[in-house]
Amino acid sequence: MAVNKNKKESPLWIFILVLILTVGTMQVFANETQPVAAHEKGNEQEAEEKFNPGEVIIEHLVDAYEWHIAKVGHTHISVPLPVILYDQGQWHFFMSSKFHHGKEAYNGFYISHTGMQKGKIVRKLSDGSEVKPLDLSITKNAFAIFVSSAVIILIFLSIARSYKKTKKHAPKGLQSLVEPLILFIRDEVVKTSIGEKHYRRFLPYLLTVFFFIFLNNVMGLIPIFPFGANLTGNLAVTGVLALCTFLTVSFGGNKNYWAHIFNTPGVPWWLKLPIPLMPIIEIVGMITKPFVLMVRLFANITAGHIIILGFVSLIFVFGQTNAYAGYGMSVLSIALSIFMNFLELLVAFIQAYVFTLLSSIFIGMAVEEHAHEEHHESH
Amino acid sequence: MELINPGIGLIFWMTLAFGIVFFILKKFVWPPIMQALNDRERHIEEALQAADIAHEEMKKLKLDNEQLLKDAKEERDAIMAEARKIREKMLDEARVKANLEADRIVESAKERINHERLAAMTEIKNQIAEISIEVAERILREKLSAPKSQQEYIERLLDKKQLN
Repeated sequence: MAVNKNKKESPLWIFILVLILTVGTMQVFANETQPVAAHEKGNEQEAEEKFNPGEVIIEHLVDAYEWHIAKVGHTHISVPLPVILYDQGQWHFFMSSKFHHGKEAYNGFYISHTGMQKGKIVRKLSDGSEVKPLDLSITKNAFAIFVSSAVIILIFLSIARSYKKTKKHAPKGLQSLVEPLILFIRDEVVKTSIGEKHYRRFLPYLLTVFFFIFLNNVMGLIPIFPFGANLTGNLAVTGVLALCTFLTVSFGGNKNYWAHIFNTPGVPWWLKLPIPLMPIIEIVGMITKPFVLMVRLFANITAGHIIILGFVSLIFVFGQTNAYAGYGMSVLSIALSIFMNFLELLVAFIQAYVFTLLSSIFIGMAVEEHAHEEHHESH
Repeated sequence: MELINPGIGLIFWMTLAFGIVFFILKKFVWPPIMQALNDRERHIEEALQAADIAHEEMKKLKLDNEQLLKDAKEERDAIMAEARKIREKMLDEARVKANLEADRIVESAKERINHERLAAMTEIKNQIAEISIEVAERILREKLSAPKSQQEYIERLLDKKQLN
């Protein structure tokens, strides 16, 4: 019954999805023909006319101190977010609207536009160099993390509740949407990579990571406030996730795992003494694994966003030369961005899956028991 | 550069938020879901097994039923055959009995007839004798003149009668 119902409704859902994805993207871009790139007052007029797709795309990908939604005429519509700074033994709290969209300084702090700290809050020293305070601001991405965390917690608490209710019966509603994924992760990913004996210990972490990445990937594709932040395409976010996997592997690893790293069996002794070549290689391997996890997720999601933004930018690039060319291009661009959005939906799942799978494999390697050690391990 | 320059603040908030998400999911979400999934899987497994067993039993029952039916049929046939045999036997016996009875009746009837006949003969003889005596008396009364020749004559007549 449920399947039939879903099938019947699916065209409507696809339509709504397409509508959200395209119209949303359009809205975000609608006012980008006069980009924020114009900072110098002198040639503001000239700069405003010029559309710089590279800058616009990067601006959409990186973190920000305010949540820019649109620009109508000359007024920016954005949600100001709190700035929290610790500098010279003093805390500073204020809203990011004090920066007037990055154009003005406040209390000596301003958003850097050049150099290494571009886009970060800095303070200028007397010698002209910029110094970065400890910056714990609730940035756009931090805010988005809170939103998506709240969404995830709410969704899963409700699912857990419905599991308590349905018990042995077939899943209903959201439950039936999530259950195949849970079963897939449990049976195909975690159980097969870690093994029947240990998988239960790591299942909660891996399921959490999977759904956290997957839902954030999907939310990153919805270009309407408060979604659409490029969360999983941010190194800080993927880095923390990779670090969690690293810690799980390190603390979950058994005697064999550590023995393998510091005293690799089956290797001639002169590779370990006096210069510990093998241990160094193993430790580098230990670190590269989560590092690769971090970069893979970041790069994949960022690339997807760049391509979609690039397609939409085409409209405005063409529109600059000729308005009709812009209209004409919009048809093609939208078609391409729709295609990319669907591809990204797929990538959203695949990357979450890959991250979880690789994490499981690393954990599985760390808890693996060698046949001859079996007796020692089983207490 | 901006793209690969992670902010300390974001790392901090991400760690905090992910930690909270993980804690809540681990504490309140995954245990009941896993429990429910395991329970359901076990339930389904058991139900399938039970269905299998029931199926087997049904098969056995059906076989038993068929056997029972077959047995019943055989028994019925046997009983029918027996009954038929008994009927035949009874009929035969009855026939034999009836014949015997009939013979007996006929026999006794014959005997009685014979008996009756003998009795009647005796009666007749006696009557004849009486009548004869009476006749003889009358004759004697009327003809006392020649009683001797008369007596002899009568006796001769009587003897002739007895021969019949």
